[in-house]
Amino acid sequence: MTTLTDTPKQGFRLSQLIYDTRYRSITIQVIATVLIVAALWWLARNTVANLTALGKDFTLEFLGNRSGYDINQRLIAYDSNATHGRAALVGILNTLLVAGLGCVLATILGVIFGVLRLSKNWIVSRLAAVYVEGFRNVPLLLWIIAIFAVMTESTPSPRDFRGENPVASMALADNVAITNRGAYIPEPLFANGLGDVEIKPGGVFADLYFNVSIDLIVILLTLVVSLLVVKLVNTRAADIQNATGVRPTTWWVNLLIIVAPIAALLWGLGFYLGKPELSGFNFSGGTHLRNSLLALWLALSLYTGAFIAEIVRGGINAVSKGQTEAAFALGLRPNRTMRLVILPQALRVIIPPLISQFLNLTKNSSLAIAIGYMDVRSTLGGITVNQTGRELEGILLVGLFYLLLSLAISTGMNWFNDRVKLKER
Amino acid sequence: MSELAIERQIDRSHMTISDEVAIQINNMNKWYGQFHVLRDINLTVQRGERIVICGPSGSGKSTLIRCINRLEEHQSGDIIVDGTELTSDLKNIDKIRSEVGMCFQHFNLFPHLTILENCTLAPIWVRKVPRKEAEDIAMHYLEKVKIPDQAHKYPGMLSGGQQQRVAIARSLCMKPRIMLFDEPTSALDPEMIKEVLDTMIELAEEGMTMLCVTHEMGFAQAVANRVIFMDQGQIIEQNEPHAFFNDPQSDRTKLFLSQILGH
Repeated sequence: MTTLTDTPKQGFRLSQLIYDTRYRSITIQVIATVLIVAALWWLARNTVANLTALGKDFTLEFLGNRSGYDINQRLIAYDSNATHGRAALVGILNTLLVAGLGCVLATILGVIFGVLRLSKNWIVSRLAAVYVEGFRNVPLLLWIIAIFAVMTESTPSPRDFRGENPVASMALADNVAITNRGAYIPEPLFANGLGDVEIKPGGVFADLYFNVSIDLIVILLTLVVSLLVVKLVNTRAADIQNATGVRPTTWWVNLLIIVAPIAALLWGLGFYLGKPELSGFNFSGGTHLRNSLLALWLALSLYTGAFIAEIVRGGINAVSKGQTEAAFALGLRPNRTMRLVILPQALRVIIPPLISQFLNLTKNSSLAIAIGYMDVRSTLGGITVNQTGRELEGILLVGLFYLLLSLAISTGMNWFNDRVKLKER
Repeated sequence: MSELAIERQIDRSHMTISDEVAIQINNMNKWYGQFHVLRDINLTVQRGERIVICGPSGSGKSTLIRCINRLEEHQSGDIIVDGTELTSDLKNIDKIRSEVGMCFQHFNLFPHLTILENCTLAPIWVRKVPRKEAEDIAMHYLEKVKIPDQAHKYPGMLSGGQQQRVAIARSLCMKPRIMLFDEPTSALDPEMIKEVLDTMIELAEEGMTMLCVTHEMGFAQAVANRVIFMDQGQIIEQNEPHAFFNDPQSDRTKLFLSQILGH
């Protein structure tokens, strides 16, 4: 008979590597690691061997060469004499532009339609359902092409605005022209503007210079300061509520704090709107929003908004009905119930899948190539690759860019999620 | 039958019932679509009365008390709570809800708020009480339900019995004149039922008007001054507890009592 205090003294047997739970997981991990390393080594060796056989080497030097192609949509100065690196930067900024605009509009659409679909009003909730099901059940590429086609085919060309009895006329008191080349809208101009500041990196990045408007920086700084003051006012309102029980009305004070400094600043800078004018066969002045940008932005927003609507609806539904009933039974009105009880709990369900949708939208923006919007996939991953034959380097760089951008978005959103998540235990 | 009445000498001396009417329900009917949930309900509750409502599941007893604070809407008849008629007028609904407290089967505490914040939320936003004062009131009632030391924890960290006592304290913080209990002990483990019932008995001793849907017949015997039996949306029988349990009049009541007390 053995006693329980005796540890069994057995020699190590080879079969233990497979049948003993203590060693089994280690064995599996070692085998898996060896297989993966071997596969990677084989792939790398094969690639290098084949590139050598084709007479190709791995280099990023092409980024410093003259690009030789034009880009119609650009946020920074660029022409065909600039380098491929600069063309890539133009593309990156275009991707960031459409992804940023898309995330904002998709969130707005998603929240609105998500809440509307929960409405007790039959027509409203059905309309929201039609929107959601219509957009999320048809491929995004079709929506991009369809919206682009509608924008280019059913709108007048600039020359229709000419002549004694023009076929088309400008909208919104002659401020906006909607044409088959895109929308021309008034541009913000400053009579006493502060000019631009040039940011010029050195070394191999010397060609990646760009200008930033000082007016814009000053306006943004003013806005940030205003928002901080608003936060201070709200903290003070909460203190007053804690002390006396009555929360002072702050919305008009807050409105004043935000609007007044900006208005004063704009007046000081001599802000005015430059209207688009018809000159010759086209419009000049104003800001030209190309149809490719508008169509891509709308399609991405509408498509992703449909998914976000379902996430918002699910998040609100996930809060049990008992929570609403308990709040009602305590005498809280529906709007307060939503703000104090339902939304704080719904947000924790909404935010993680919302991050995925932002990432989807950002990566889906690479479908821009279908309608000729010059994003990073079209410039660096498209024309540059075709002209230089550096497909491996080009595609790797584009992939790296999307990877870094996605990681940045999810890091930021996870930080936000940590701040709002339920502190239950 | 439960030993509650034996275990604890209930002091009924404070449980005075005044002539003042707390709740008046006249010919009230309610339908869920085609289904007639409540039929011709007539009920008068005096201030200080403690009423236990029992009956088989689906008999409409929960629906009845949920109509009193408009968690459910009735389609015909009148409900008058503390002299205010319950109509679709938001002002009346607000007034009634701030005077009628309610405890639910599943507690429905707000999981994102601490126990203290659960108790101060409504006083601060509905009654406009300063936070300090609201916290003092909350601590007073948390002491009363014997869990002041849990004030800064979250509901998920408490046992079921503790959560239900917090739910009672949360309602009391609004200083209601009437309390509704919707099966407050049905979701609890047996050993936790007693702590919740003890809290409710204390409340009754202080003269609170109470309507309680429950299957705790020991509680009914010890505390109630009227037991109402409902079946298929109707009030079948009502009587003071001794007579109700020992001499039920209708056959359905007898059958129900034999099933619930038979083992």
